[in-house]
Amino acid sequence: MQALKQFLAENGDELLLKTWEHLYISLIAVLLGILVAIPLGILLSRTPKAAGLVMGVVGVVQTFPSLAILAFFIPILGVGTGPAIVALFLYSVLPILRNTYTGIRGVNQGLLEAGRGMGMNGWQRIRYVEVPLAMPIIMAGIRLSTVYLIGWATLASFIGAGGLGDFIFNGLNLFRTDYIVAGAVPVTLLALITDFFLGLLEKWVTPKGIRDSKEAVV
Amino acid sequence: MLKFDYVTKVYSGGKKAVEDLKLEVEQGEFVVIIGPSGCGKTTTMKMINRLIEPSEGSIYIKGENILHKNQVELRRSIGYVIQQIGLFPHMTIMENIALVPKLLKWPEDRRKNRAEELLKLVNMNPEYLYRYPHELSGGQQQRIGVLRALAADPPLILMDEPFGALDPITRESLQEEFKNLQQSLGKTIIFVTHDMDEALKLADRIVIMREGKLVQVGTPDEILRNPANEFVEEFIGKERLIQARPNIQTVGQVMNPNPVTISVDKSLSASIQLMKERRVDTLLVVDERNILQGYIDVEILDQNRKKAQQVGDVLETDIYAVKKEDLLRDTIRKILKKGMKYVPVVDDENRLDGIVTRANLVDIVYDSIWGEEDAFANQDQ
Repeated sequence: MQALKQFLAENGDELLLKTWEHLYISLIAVLLGILVAIPLGILLSRTPKAAGLVMGVVGVVQTFPSLAILAFFIPILGVGTGPAIVALFLYSVLPILRNTYTGIRGVNQGLLEAGRGMGMNGWQRIRYVEVPLAMPIIMAGIRLSTVYLIGWATLASFIGAGGLGDFIFNGLNLFRTDYIVAGAVPVTLLALITDFFLGLLEKWVTPKGIRDSKEAVV
Repeated sequence: MLKFDYVTKVYSGGKKAVEDLKLEVEQGEFVVIIGPSGCGKTTTMKMINRLIEPSEGSIYIKGENILHKNQVELRRSIGYVIQQIGLFPHMTIMENIALVPKLLKWPEDRRKNRAEELLKLVNMNPEYLYRYPHELSGGQQQRIGVLRALAADPPLILMDEPFGALDPITRESLQEEFKNLQQSLGKTIIFVTHDMDEALKLADRIVIMREGKLVQVGTPDEILRNPANEFVEEFIGKERLIQARPNIQTVGQVMNPNPVTISVDKSLSASIQLMKERRVDTLLVVDERNILQGYIDVEILDQNRKKAQQVGDVLETDIYAVKKEDLLRDTIRKILKKGMKYVPVVDDENRLDGIVTRANLVDIVYDSIWGEEDAFANQDQ
């Protein structure tokens, strides 16, 4: 306990700063992921043939080792926060894309036809029917993506983007267990807390009528 | 109101779903399209709001070719009730009902008023407005489904087996409710079903389809009375045909074609003679061209036998007659209601064709009680 107090006294400010860096790298990457993956997912749900191909490509990107991706971007984008965000963004796309696609495709065909038959145009069907009904599934993808990214963002420190990874890498280099723990524990907490808040967000954006009915998944 | 002009739909793959369909529907008419699955009935209906585009021919609504109209606007101007209800689970009842008005950009308070007004139409409490579909029973949900189609007050409504998913009791009460609603609102309805009972109950006109073609178009009575071919007969079902018989029989089928008559210029003594001979108490009076003039009965003769000589002087001219083509069921009702003993049958020029007496009624009652067994016995042989 004494040791913890002392550690915080020495590194507290640093820790807060790194935690903030970590959080915003991850969140910006997820945000970009959402901006790209949701429209893309909706688009792909219109063209199931292209969907397989795109999904495959994104899936392959997902399997690249994250360190390799980070290293790969050094010659192109240099080092620092920017390249780290780009690399993490690539990872965030797949879960959100896949869930958006699955969610939208899973919307009851009868409801879509009702919408069409009542004179909704394509955009209105997306806006009023498909997205609201697929929302729980899309949100699940976003949550998953975010938690992953917070974990992976530790590696961003490797290319000088900062974040809690700095503590862990320093610990590894200096054989200081306390630094490793000081990096790892906040990452875990950050992931848990973010997930909790996203859970609240999910509840908030899911239409009330399907919140506690099974219709949500159909 | 609605006109199909030699409409054909060929699906990719060459399957002809609908072939050379020609059909006209009047304003306010309730038309039920019926047939076995795959007969093209749903395709026919969906071509009206262009969920399916016809391959050939044209469809007119109020004289306008719908193929030249904007699809989305066309659909907003036609009510649509789909199979399996199809309410949006994430929208409140109000949002569901007022969906088309919303698409038409009605202001919010007008949408709310409309939704309330419509709920009243089916005797549902306005508090339902803020509930969600999953909180309602199946019957209530389908009522909302119907109201949703009525929301923007379209003159034409398409219904695709709307009551199919409901239990029989709810279905029946909803059918009745809906038929009344349709009649009071004067909407034109195109209704697709595969349930013959439903068709007979709701339709002003039934359209029977098979393999993309019209087999028979007619009122329920016409179809029950004269099924166009064996397919229709089978589709209606023997049992239903027998049950329907008293309802669709005409006066001509049961009347006695040789009523006892007397002409105007005969003497009263001749008429009493005739009554005695034929064992009747009433004679129908006709002129030389067999046109019905009135009647005399034994009571009239008794009162007038001293004062008058000729039938023409005493006959009672206040006489109620029916036509050969009239439905028996209506005639029976009148006979019983007015306490008449008989009713003469005449043609358009008032010439006497026959008579329906209470003895005929006995035959009919006998038939509807035992006739069915006879018919089944015949069928077995």
